[in-house]
Amino acid sequence: MSASLAERARSGDRRALARLLTEVENRTTAGEQALRALYPLAGRAHLVGVTGAPGSGKSTLVAALTGKARAAGRAVAVIAIDPSSPITGGAILGDRVRMQIHATDSDVFIRSMASRGHAGGLAASTVAAAAVMDAAGFGLIFIETVGTGQSEVEVAAIADTTVVVQAPDMGDEVQAIKAGLLEVADIVVVNKSDRPGADRAAAQLRAMLTVGAHSDRAAGDRPRPKRPEVLLASALTGAGVPELLGALDRREAVHRAAGADGGDAALKRAEAQISGILAQRVAAQLREPARAAQRATTLAAVAAHEIDPFSAADRLLELLRADRAED
Amino acid sequence: MTDRPLKVLIAKPGLDGHDRGAKVLARGLRDEGFEVIYTGLRQTPEMVVSAALQEDVDVVGLSILSGAHMTLLPKICAGLREQGMDDVLVTAGGIIPDDDIPALEQAGVSRVFGPGTTIREVAEFIRANVKRREV
Repeated sequence: MSASLAERARSGDRRALARLLTEVENRTTAGEQALRALYPLAGRAHLVGVTGAPGSGKSTLVAALTGKARAAGRAVAVIAIDPSSPITGGAILGDRVRMQIHATDSDVFIRSMASRGHAGGLAASTVAAAAVMDAAGFGLIFIETVGTGQSEVEVAAIADTTVVVQAPDMGDEVQAIKAGLLEVADIVVVNKSDRPGADRAAAQLRAMLTVGAHSDRAAGDRPRPKRPEVLLASALTGAGVPELLGALDRREAVHRAAGADGGDAALKRAEAQISGILAQRVAAQLREPARAAQRATTLAAVAAHEIDPFSAADRLLELLRADRAED
Repeated sequence: MTDRPLKVLIAKPGLDGHDRGAKVLARGLRDEGFEVIYTGLRQTPEMVVSAALQEDVDVVGLSILSGAHMTLLPKICAGLREQGMDDVLVTAGGIIPDDDIPALEQAGVSRVFGPGTTIREVAEFIRANVKRREV
């Protein structure tokens, strides 16, 4: 049944695509089977991560970019993530509010996702959802993170291009040289450029973010800081949006030129996906009834400080290995 | 089916600009453990149907105070059916005269909640009436 769901999603059935995304999000067996079928067909889309503080204008900017990309004839998908309540598990997914102008365009597909306890600014199934949209033929996919602070950098590990959105009044030059979010940006956008102070903020960011890039003579093999482009835009008036889309198009061209393996971004994404699935598989195996007693004993021993968590993890891994050897 | 959070779309069809009620309900349902997608003001029936489809929601909750409910709500129900989404629970709230309720129910609205309804009532109605959906 799910094979046909994947097939229908591929052939443009939006209802099937939506339903499939639910299966993937809920990590069902049907979702996993569909992903196995679709994964070889993905890898063609440009995945653009959009991140930044709450209220910096990410959703409005994504809506404006989507409008320009549609005018250029591209099919656009958006995954917009908002946080789940750590108390009740509920969530308010409000990013569509800024994007409703595209609601009835059949070549725009917007999907909200709750983070469901996943830290780092994304949901656990975000990459998988993007792969489904990719296989369904969307060539440009925006992944909008939850409103982030200084260090939710996970999106950079899964996107081809990472855009960090800043509002004009986000702080002084010291903020611009702090480690974290700004370091992973390929493009920094000072949004709300219609407001006072935007030019100055952009100038400060440019000055500070290019400092390291010119003084890395002794870096050797150490990873070097990126040299992000700093652009001004106003999602409200549309100023600077075509230039931003142009910058994204150039990045996409570079990726295409990097070849079929997609280069570093694709490798990083593969690693992020596999490590997530590995952790999930190990946890699932440990939850199996046959291991429940061992697991409970080990947890209790750590809680009582009788053994340390490292030894506990080693013990549980050894348990899985021993069971495998018996099979 | 795994124990997943239910998804609710809260939409404001039509031209009235009063969405405090919709926001309070969205917030309340969040606290009841639902994943609530809010669309904002001034939605056409087509926009509501499209959002419900893309988000694959279990419930569509429509807040309307303009008096246009007899036009807009049946259109939304028909649109959902057209898209094969007849398994989606449709509820409404706002200022809707009792006399209009039978016709709205006939059109596909499962329940009309009037002023004074508690969040808990809405949440319990949803949990009791949401359909188990097959892939």
